[in-house]
Amino acid sequence: MNILVLAEINDGELAEDQTSKTVSAASTLGKVDVLCASNKCADASKKLAKMENIENVLVLEDDLFTHSLAESYSDTLLDTIRLYSHIFAPSSSFGKNVLPRIGGILDVMVVSDISKVISEDTFERPVYAGNAIQTVQSIDKIKLISVRTSNFDAVPLNGTANIKNLDYKCSNNLTTFIENKIQASDRPELTSAKVVVSGGRGVGSKENFEIIEGLADKLGAAVGASRAAVDSGFAPNDWQVGQTGKVVAPDLYVAVGISGAIQHLAGMKDSKVIVAINKDEEAPIFQVADFGLVDDLFKVVPEIEKKI
Amino acid sequence: MKILVPVKRVLDYNVKARVKADGSGIDLANVKMSMNPFDEIALEEAIRIKEKGNAEEIIAVSIGVQQNQETLRTALAMGADRAILVVATDDVQNDIEPLTVANILAAICSKEKPSLILCGKQAIDNDFNATAQMLAAKLQWSQATFASEIEVKKDMIRVTREVDGGLQTIDAKIPVVVSVDLRLNEPRYASLPNIMKAKRKPLEEISPADLAVEMTQRLKVIKTKEPNSREAGLILENIDQLVEKIQENVGG
Repeated sequence: MNILVLAEINDGELAEDQTSKTVSAASTLGKVDVLCASNKCADASKKLAKMENIENVLVLEDDLFTHSLAESYSDTLLDTIRLYSHIFAPSSSFGKNVLPRIGGILDVMVVSDISKVISEDTFERPVYAGNAIQTVQSIDKIKLISVRTSNFDAVPLNGTANIKNLDYKCSNNLTTFIENKIQASDRPELTSAKVVVSGGRGVGSKENFEIIEGLADKLGAAVGASRAAVDSGFAPNDWQVGQTGKVVAPDLYVAVGISGAIQHLAGMKDSKVIVAINKDEEAPIFQVADFGLVDDLFKVVPEIEKKI
Repeated sequence: MKILVPVKRVLDYNVKARVKADGSGIDLANVKMSMNPFDEIALEEAIRIKEKGNAEEIIAVSIGVQQNQETLRTALAMGADRAILVVATDDVQNDIEPLTVANILAAICSKEKPSLILCGKQAIDNDFNATAQMLAAKLQWSQATFASEIEVKKDMIRVTREVDGGLQTIDAKIPVVVSVDLRLNEPRYASLPNIMKAKRKPLEEISPADLAVEMTQRLKVIKTKEPNSREAGLILENIDQLVEKIQENVGG
């Protein structure tokens, strides 16, 4: 068994949490190699070399990988990929974009978004927005696996992997990067935050969302939102938690003015502790919350902020 | 320009999926089935591109059981010009894998020669999020996934993609496979006259064998189970109790 993990790196910056948890999932099967492909690899490869369970960090420095376009990976890296029996990537917008394209070229079915590794060919994955868990066995020679990182712990940082340079001529004549609009934020990243404070339709407006943000900042938390809040324009789409947004599993999830539609629960029900504030005592969110308070959020949230 | 839109028939998004007692899958007998919501958005986008004069023809394709005909009639009523039904199984419980779907669609493309394929980013049943990318790879075309904005230019399209943390804009050479995300548009409802008209639009029926595509399954589903359920917890009396619980669990 030879295992390769595709590290997620954006413009030289390693997505540490996502990559580390992917290494963690992959290394339940054995030691792994990691592909570090980016325009600037010095910093990312050093960080990767410290992650436990990594044997080799394969460095491929090329401007082609600056923005991780799928064609750059799938159409040029096949010689490396074919040396491995298992290829893992995080089930982020990076992994979801790249891995199935590699599958199409190799004629291999991808095992998307796994939540558990059962054996070298058998995995668990949620289907129907998390309303069911399927155990699937892959009969492909090469296993292509994307990892739901919120289900795995990061690996410790006491590794001493070798750093090896790859020499490749890469190309991508199909797509061209134009621009990124990524919101800069001092808050922790939503998918890896220990605490998440989320607002729903009950928050009422974009201006009112500031009270959610205020509480989040007080708790050192990331800010989330339900799809209803995003669709109503109260919060940007990349805050969305749920089936159609991000899947989170923090230590503490505070749901404010969120009714608890199935599609939202799919994105947060693996949180360790869920706290819900809603003025409707019938709201389904109370069916999954560990602690609930039936009250007006506009009264409760500022008061919590004051008392913490 | 010709646009191809694959549409999948799935358990209606308002119906709660029930796991069969024997663990063999989700119960799909006598439940409401509808067009995959992401595919509806893809079709709506195709219709808008045609309405702007940037496309001449929209072909809707569905792969699965005979009843997928209904899904294709809906597509025709919304505005597709003609439809192709690939009857690949007679068992609604038999989900066709994205890799096989990509093989079938690639074979159809070699005959139909579309310049643009618009797909939903994932089906809300198996949640694979793979068909568009696999199809692009099979055809050796460019891909633009998770689109929230599409602008058709001369020999390329400009696509704004929903990525973690924000938006990314890329130019992709035509021919291209695009997978669409939720915020791209709001699909229209088919009007009654258009539903009537749709009955007369052409719907061709073929089999995977007609396309010389082999039906394979690389992922064997061993078991389907209910997720771990959470139990309803405690309803607290006042804000002080809530503050206490929050403090206990922050960094805990």
